[in-house]
Amino acid sequence: MNDSQTSEQHANDSGVLNRFRAFIASTEIDTRFAGMVIALVVIWTAFHILSGGDFLTSRNLWNLSVQSASIAVMATGMVLIIVSRNIDLSVGSLLGFLGYVMAMVQTRWIPDAFGFEHWYIWIVALIVGIALGAALGAVQGSIIAYGGVPAFIVTLGGFLVWRGLIFRMGEQGQTLSPLDGTFQLIGGGPKGSLGEWRSWVLGLLGCIGAIASIYFNRKRRRKYDLAVRPLPIDIGLAVFGCVVIILGIALIAVGYESPITGAPTGVAYPVVILIAITIGMVYLSRRRRFGRYVYAIGGNPEAAELGGINTRRTVMGTFVLMGVLCAVSAAIQTARLNSAVTNLGVQNELDVISAAVIGGTSFAGGIGTISGAVLGAVIMQSLRSGMVLLRIDSPSQDIVVGVVLVSAVAIDAALRQGKRRTAGIALAVGLVVAALIIQTGRQ
Amino acid sequence: MSDTKVPLVELRDIRVSFGGLHAVDGVTLTLNPGEVVALVGGNGAGKSTLMHTLAGAHPADSGQILVNGEPVTIATPRDARAQGIEVIYQKLALAENIDAAGNLFLGRELRTRTGALDDSAMASATRDVLKRLNPRFKNLNTPVKSLSGGQRQSVAIARAVHFNAKILIMDEPTAALGPAETAQVRELIEQLKSEGIGIFLISHDIHDVFDLADRISVMMQGRLVATVEKSKVTKDEVLAMIIMGQRPGGAN
Ligand SMILES: Nc1ncnc2c1ncn2[C@@H]1O[C@H](COP(=O)(O)OP(=O)(O)OP(=O)(O)O)[C@@H](O)[C@H]1O
Ligand SMILES: [Mg+2]
Repeated sequence: MNDSQTSEQHANDSGVLNRFRAFIASTEIDTRFAGMVIALVVIWTAFHILSGGDFLTSRNLWNLSVQSASIAVMATGMVLIIVSRNIDLSVGSLLGFLGYVMAMVQTRWIPDAFGFEHWYIWIVALIVGIALGAALGAVQGSIIAYGGVPAFIVTLGGFLVWRGLIFRMGEQGQTLSPLDGTFQLIGGGPKGSLGEWRSWVLGLLGCIGAIASIYFNRKRRRKYDLAVRPLPIDIGLAVFGCVVIILGIALIAVGYESPITGAPTGVAYPVVILIAITIGMVYLSRRRRFGRYVYAIGGNPEAAELGGINTRRTVMGTFVLMGVLCAVSAAIQTARLNSAVTNLGVQNELDVISAAVIGGTSFAGGIGTISGAVLGAVIMQSLRSGMVLLRIDSPSQDIVVGVVLVSAVAIDAALRQGKRRTAGIALAVGLVVAALIIQTGRQ
Repeated sequence: MSDTKVPLVELRDIRVSFGGLHAVDGVTLTLNPGEVVALVGGNGAGKSTLMHTLAGAHPADSGQILVNGEPVTIATPRDARAQGIEVIYQKLALAENIDAAGNLFLGRELRTRTGALDDSAMASATRDVLKRLNPRFKNLNTPVKSLSGGQRQSVAIARAVHFNAKILIMDEPTAALGPAETAQVRELIEQLKSEGIGIFLISHDIHDVFDLADRISVMMQGRLVATVEKSKVTKDEVLAMIIMGQRPGGAN
């Protein structure tokens, strides 16, 4: 009697659970991504409470968006590299070197040859940086893909070489400053953002884009008589997307009034760049052959080869792309500092790899998403800036980030194997240790 | 199988060695349209390696390959495909993290006018081929990792069917399959054969071989023991060839 009751209860429970699962599956929402969003919300709320209401302010979130941008830009490229079973340890040094070269272009080479303040200086600097980034990425990529030297070794070499070259160029660690006025806007300084109405235009474009992509996907699948999501769910997703975009712009970008002019700041240029790059990289990774091949190589290199894919060229391509993204991040960082210093980008490789990994990229290859990595970068930066608000010293910050990194991957690995209890333990241990460090590290 | 006809494929004196090991040591074989040639032999006899030379997976050190009587160079999988050669590999060549359609079209993706992947067109084509091969196949959108051995095999075979192979290499296509799926594959082989496709079938199952093949080629330690007409030998004779390298009386 008792037995049959409990088992009935069980069946009922799992019925509801199954229906809920089926609903989630029908929305085709990436559950891993959803989990990360929830983690981010939890982190934000916790810091907001601990800091006595200082975290979830327009000012702080705006700064957070700007600070996340440069790591997030590089993380989008790191995903493809890790997905194809490689690694790039050189990004921090490469960023430093490219930033230094771009600063040289602006402060030495062009002024020495043609004098100061030409309108084209920033464009030339950017083109030189991007071209050099692509070229150096191609050098590393070709040694890896065609030379057969492991990426770990090649980029460890790059890590030392590019950093060393900065000092060779910089004549005893000189700081190069100030940079070109237009170039500085890339960093999102006082004038480096869209302002109010342009931000709304951006938001509107975002909404139209979200709706259009859902609509056209639906239409395409209909044309081939493939299953489509239920219409209410598609409409719900479109509305949800638009609401998030509008709220984000209203609360963070327009809500933050510039401390100098007092006018609404709007979306900062580095964030605009990040958005553009994220969209471009998502398109590249999911809708172009190049992206498909990167994932195929990560999933089964032999199958990719037998499928007639040019695996070497594809791997080389990921490193060229990484070089370009390093140049973009270098522009953002130097522009923000209004100078190039010799330790520019130090330890960035660790932040970039951590962002990709926290974002769900697996070192086993074949698994990882661009949007996850961007979110990973935001989570990392949220931790750092939250701890700064709480006045936690920088060594303790490192400990917390390290603990979070390891527990995030442990949770992910446990969930992949369906071990919920292990995942729960990893989560609990991570939280307790992080909380302990934060509590004892407060000054 | 008159001698005046040009064979679909002719492998002439193919040699492949790995270091000092002669994995394939001077093998000559032919395949005619609408014919199934079974390639049998013990483990490590060199069957897969020989077929890899025809598939472009591993070029031969020496020897000649003729397709429809014309000498061809097959250095890469792309070269092989250009000749209408499709392969179902012994170790299934699928990317586990990608779905059935992505795998079926791997390396030959359909694209829209803008050059983007046309996932819908690929999914729909995949659904249509798979419906023919395995009516119960439903998980079109999940990564291949979560499919059963038989379903994976269907994806690999669907690839050959969809791209209208003229020459098909099947390396132990039923090794991972249950009885129902095996029956399906056999049926498919009969059907493809009737469409005039030439098939090289590698198998360890002597019953499969006798049911499906027209001729049987036996390999041992990299060498061809003999090629025999199925109708002129018994299973015991073939087994003796496989195990001891003994030619029966009537073999060439
Ligand atoms: N890539 C390789 N590198 C070195 N040796 C190899 C390689 N591939 C095959 N061999 C060797 O070549 C010989 C023939 O191997 P092959 O795979 O062609 O055998 P097979 O007849 O297909 O055997 P099985 O029935 O077990 O599949 C074996 O001795 C094997 O060890
Ligand atoms: Mg074999």
